[in-house]
Amino acid sequence: MADILTVERLKAYYLMNYYGVQREVRAVDDITMSIGKNEVYGIAGESSSGKTSFIKVLAAAIRPPLRVVEGSATYHFKTGDVDVAHATPEQVEEIRWRSLSYIMQGSMSVLNPLRKVGRIFEDFAARPLGLSGSAFRQRVIGHLDRLKLDPRVLNSYPHELSGGMRQRVTIGLATVCNPEFVIADEPTTALDVVVQKDVLGLIKDLQKQQGSSIVFVTHDMAVHANIADRVGIIYAGRLVEEAPTRTLFTAPRHPYTAHLVASLPRIGDTTQRPALDGRPPNLANPPSGCRFHPRCPLVIDKCKTDVPPLELVGPGQRSACWRWRDVEPLVKPAAALEAAL
Amino acid sequence: MSALLEVRGVSKEFPVGGVLSGKTIKAVNETSFTIGENGPEIFTIIGESGSGKTTLARMILGLEHPSAGEISFEGKPVTHASGQERLAFMAKVQPVFQNPFEAFNPLKRVDRYLASTAKRFLKLRGKVEIDAAMDGALQKVGLSLTEVRGRFPHELSGGQLQRVAIARALIPNPPLLIADEPVSMVDASLRMAIVNLLRQLRDEMGVSVIYITHDLATAYYISDRLIIMQRGNVVEMGPARAVLDAPEHPYSRLLKASVLSDADAGHGRLQPAADLLLLSDRTIGQMGRLVDRPDGRKVLQYG
Repeated sequence: MADILTVERLKAYYLMNYYGVQREVRAVDDITMSIGKNEVYGIAGESSSGKTSFIKVLAAAIRPPLRVVEGSATYHFKTGDVDVAHATPEQVEEIRWRSLSYIMQGSMSVLNPLRKVGRIFEDFAARPLGLSGSAFRQRVIGHLDRLKLDPRVLNSYPHELSGGMRQRVTIGLATVCNPEFVIADEPTTALDVVVQKDVLGLIKDLQKQQGSSIVFVTHDMAVHANIADRVGIIYAGRLVEEAPTRTLFTAPRHPYTAHLVASLPRIGDTTQRPALDGRPPNLANPPSGCRFHPRCPLVIDKCKTDVPPLELVGPGQRSACWRWRDVEPLVKPAAALEAAL
Repeated sequence: MSALLEVRGVSKEFPVGGVLSGKTIKAVNETSFTIGENGPEIFTIIGESGSGKTTLARMILGLEHPSAGEISFEGKPVTHASGQERLAFMAKVQPVFQNPFEAFNPLKRVDRYLASTAKRFLKLRGKVEIDAAMDGALQKVGLSLTEVRGRFPHELSGGQLQRVAIARALIPNPPLLIADEPVSMVDASLRMAIVNLLRQLRDEMGVSVIYITHDLATAYYISDRLIIMQRGNVVEMGPARAVLDAPEHPYSRLLKASVLSDADAGHGRLQPAADLLLLSDRTIGQMGRLVDRPDGRKVLQYG
């Protein structure tokens, strides 16, 4: 499978200098990964794990104090390769919305409350599409149809739409230009269960139709289980495990992943679930060695001093843990999963 | 044992449109249930946004007055005549809110909230006594005063902050906690810590909890009984496991069908349950009544 994105040894730090006191927050520390064409890649991690900073780099939204210190993030678009970590504003302008697009989290704060949806579409997409007037309108209406939205929403203000419809409009804005790569940052977190499933299905359908790749960011593992082809787990600025979704849920090879999978409650199962103690590390002063070691149940002395490399531990599975062979799933996989094994 | 809380035929209407339009919307419609008849329990209210679950919680806390019906706590109505009575009630029914980052003032140290709760409800004056009360409550949630003293909200993680919020609510030793979506803003890895804590409060400290959520999986995990609300109407209520294992009302079935599970990880089945969606949409606005079932649940039936 050809790759659409290759990230190599990416380090992006927040470098701050207030009144002569320098602070360095290592939000993205040495991440190497790649995403294939037509792939949905899930990124999971708790708040302040650096996932948003990583996404900022991928979205070419690198603004001080965030700086790329080392490494690259290269897209292989049809129009040519672009390294967003070192791209000029002109290069970014060239790919933004046309090739690289972004579905944002809060649909209410994305849509301008004073403009009708039709005007918002013009603001976003008229220039990248290079269309205007009725041709543009036709294109947008055709796209809204794919999202199962009535063309009448174009004449509505955002507050007149329900939460689910607004989120569809945001998805519509991000995908109307047929981008090759879409970044979805917690697009369903604020939605109700019924609407959430509907919106996820829509994103997946659209991805199949357009043949695009998606990076899907959320801390909800249940969402990853259902939408992602592969999942990467970020902990304290580092990629700690990456595997095809099914493998990740049935045979995690990092204690943190095992914990995340185990913390998913299921209907039909009331066995006591373990909770992880401690708090996410402060990225300005991260623990030495493996950053997970203060909270890890499998910790040994080596973990406190040496950083484990992200190494291949199985087909398509990489884990950064000295003791990956000893990692056991903390709860029994769901019955359906077990039957398939 | 008499019920801790009794909600009888409670409705709440809000006016919509202009003052003169005369239109109202029923946020909660003739809801009845009791809590704590058989000892401490976790009672879950499940519903989507707009189902009236938060309005119901606000009425139980006495922050809204019901348009019809009555809510009584330990036999006394929660709408109080005097401030004294109100204060005594507040010491016994404590809220925990959704977003811990918004519940605390970012410019005040978090222990100040704990101290003021101790002063107000326990009428403590001495510093030593107040510290002891604060530490006791924090111990119950797995924290200690030394960890929390002098900290500002931004210095604590979301999970810690939510635990401090629960500790604050526990200071007056209330028999009832009302937790409105306490885990929806907390990271997945910390969610279990909070949910397990609620369970522990019930089992070890005899605290009843009204757990308000839209997450069926955690509801199944911790609750004893639950009600499912659709647009202000209770459509199904009863023992949590029985109801969620085999929901009967179309809306309950729709909710269960929409829960994302890890059971088929990697084979994402995201087809919406269109038939159930249609069925449950049809029930909106219909008049019905709750009918008893042999397994102890009640289901709203129409016609």
